[in-house]
Amino acid sequence: MSTSTAPAPAAPQAPERPSAARRLLRDPVAVSAAVTLLLWTATVLHSPSFAEWGQVVTLLTVASFLGVIAIGQTLVIIAGGEGIDLSVGATATLSAIIASRFMAGSDDGFLTAVLLALAACCAVGAVNALGVLVFRVPPLVMTLGMIAVVTGFIRLYTGGRPEGSAAPLLRTLVTGDTVAGVPGVLWLWLGLAALVIWMLRRSPFGWRLYAVGGNPATAYLSGVSPAAVKFAAYVLSSLFAGVGGLLLLGYAQNVYTSLGTDYMLNSVAAAVIGGTALIGGVGGYLGTAIGAVLLTVLDTLLRVTQVGGGEWGDAPRQIIYGAVLITVLTAYGRQRRLRQ
Amino acid sequence: MSTPSRTGGPPPKAAGPPPLPARAGRALLSARMPTVAVAALLAATVAASAALQPGFFSPYGLTSSFATFLPLATIAAAQTVIVLGGGIDLSIGAVVTLSSAVSVVLMQGDDARLPLALAAGLATGAACGLLNGLVVAGLRLQPIVATFATGSMFGGAALLVLPKPGGTASPLLTEAYRMVVLAYIPVPAVLLLLLWLAWRVLRRHRFGQYLYAVGGDAGAAYTSAVPVSAVRVLSYTLGGLIAALAGTALLADSGAGDPTLGTELTLGSIAALVIGGTRLRGGSGGVGGAVTGAIVLSLIQGLVFFAGVPTDAREFVYGCVIIAAIALAGLLTARAAQRPAFQGANR
Repeated sequence: MSTSTAPAPAAPQAPERPSAARRLLRDPVAVSAAVTLLLWTATVLHSPSFAEWGQVVTLLTVASFLGVIAIGQTLVIIAGGEGIDLSVGATATLSAIIASRFMAGSDDGFLTAVLLALAACCAVGAVNALGVLVFRVPPLVMTLGMIAVVTGFIRLYTGGRPEGSAAPLLRTLVTGDTVAGVPGVLWLWLGLAALVIWMLRRSPFGWRLYAVGGNPATAYLSGVSPAAVKFAAYVLSSLFAGVGGLLLLGYAQNVYTSLGTDYMLNSVAAAVIGGTALIGGVGGYLGTAIGAVLLTVLDTLLRVTQVGGGEWGDAPRQIIYGAVLITVLTAYGRQRRLRQ
Repeated sequence: MSTPSRTGGPPPKAAGPPPLPARAGRALLSARMPTVAVAALLAATVAASAALQPGFFSPYGLTSSFATFLPLATIAAAQTVIVLGGGIDLSIGAVVTLSSAVSVVLMQGDDARLPLALAAGLATGAACGLLNGLVVAGLRLQPIVATFATGSMFGGAALLVLPKPGGTASPLLTEAYRMVVLAYIPVPAVLLLLLWLAWRVLRRHRFGQYLYAVGGDAGAAYTSAVPVSAVRVLSYTLGGLIAALAGTALLADSGAGDPTLGTELTLGSIAALVIGGTRLRGGSGGVGGAVTGAIVLSLIQGLVFFAGVPTDAREFVYGCVIIAAIALAGLLTARAAQRPAFQGANR
């Protein structure tokens, strides 16, 4: 390889395929998985108790909320047209607040509460889609505006003091040991992940989603309705945000008005770390799921090493979080050069 | 003789299919559609405020109104400079809070320290903007995610500098901010005018032209020998500097620093810019619209308060009105953008 006897042939450079190692280095899923393992190893080296099964399960449970909420985010981003849904955090909170009020700590109204909460979320998604598709508001702005509407509605609905609590059934479902010592929420996440990955790769809806995201004009001429696909993406996004909110409710058991705020941009970050490009038409859910785990492990690492802590508060953690995000993205999240 | 010449050969001026004056008129109308929309919104909100808010036009009322307009309008202007160049800055709120935190900590309520503190605040803002620009243009990361990440860093830094709301601004700054010139014109209004005039100068400068070129089509701009990366870095740096000015205005208005305002300010800046008719994809729009959008937003917030909406419903009503305003602006902007020949021609 490094023999310098003959000058390298210059002609076949263009069609030459990059080597397997190089391709792996450019593959978002592989890179983010490697970074996740690296961060986890660092955590374990610092405090060995994190290698225990129970701790791993806890870590994945925390990641699962972000993972479920990021499902919808991934769909919206893949659907293209600068698609992004910043209202997922507020929608998750809305779902948790409605459900907790109707559950009121008992199993009686469980089904009603879940259905009502998810229906409200679908309504939010439909309004988002309406604004983006009919009124041509850029998705970033539309979903940003919906945050104000949804939090305003929450304020109006609760009067600033959320009531009720999670049904015992939901609590058991989320945190209780169900099968093989793994809490139900992880089985649910696994099931949803498999479903979404199958849907994106093998179902007609998934193909349409990529077609619309890649090139809406071509998709339209091939008989796909971009508006219908995008509408479905926005409604699904809010629906999955609502599911995430219900899971959070089952985990935290009580609600507060800023329950889902952190998930707004973290869901975008998880999707982008996993290789879903914001230009649309590129990416998948496997990467997003790994991205969600990566962000959670990073957060855990910064917490256990107690960077800052005490008098410094959250500040150093935030700074390092941002720096790591940029470093990871630099590996493959770069846009093309202008000169080509 | 005279009949064929009249029917067959009119002067070449009208020979083209669309007559020139009509075409020019239509161009003017289509390019100014967002301006018309935001002007209508401004007129409506000002009229409603004058009706509902007692003493809206008194010197005191005007001063307090403009004092609340100025910070948001300046942040919107900063965001506009960045968006026009084809980027977006989700960290801008954090830049504002960081620079104002640096200023207030150095100031310590002492007039003698004012120049140094202001200079340090502005330098901080420009440095944050420069970092953003280098990350976006140098590392070529997607602006939304990259500035989200840097925003986390700036927000952390702001918490390091000023762990909780507090600090004291110098009395000179806060008093000058509340002064009234010529018996009727508040100082913030003068500053707002200066901001707009500075934008007009910049717009005429070569950098202004480059900004629109890069935002409109970076590839074409590159082919036309526009230094695209340099323009992007400069637009983020300038945006950071203007954001620091907004931080100073915020400091002068409230008299204290607050490291937790970041996200709210970022959202406000983007909403104001879109209501003002700037295209989020870049290359079309202007600071004038964004400033007007910011004024409309502030007025709506005041209106919801003065219209006697119950406290718990206030946020919801405000959100709905904002969405309606954005949808209206979006509808008109999208229609104007369908005639690509005249995009960004005006303002």
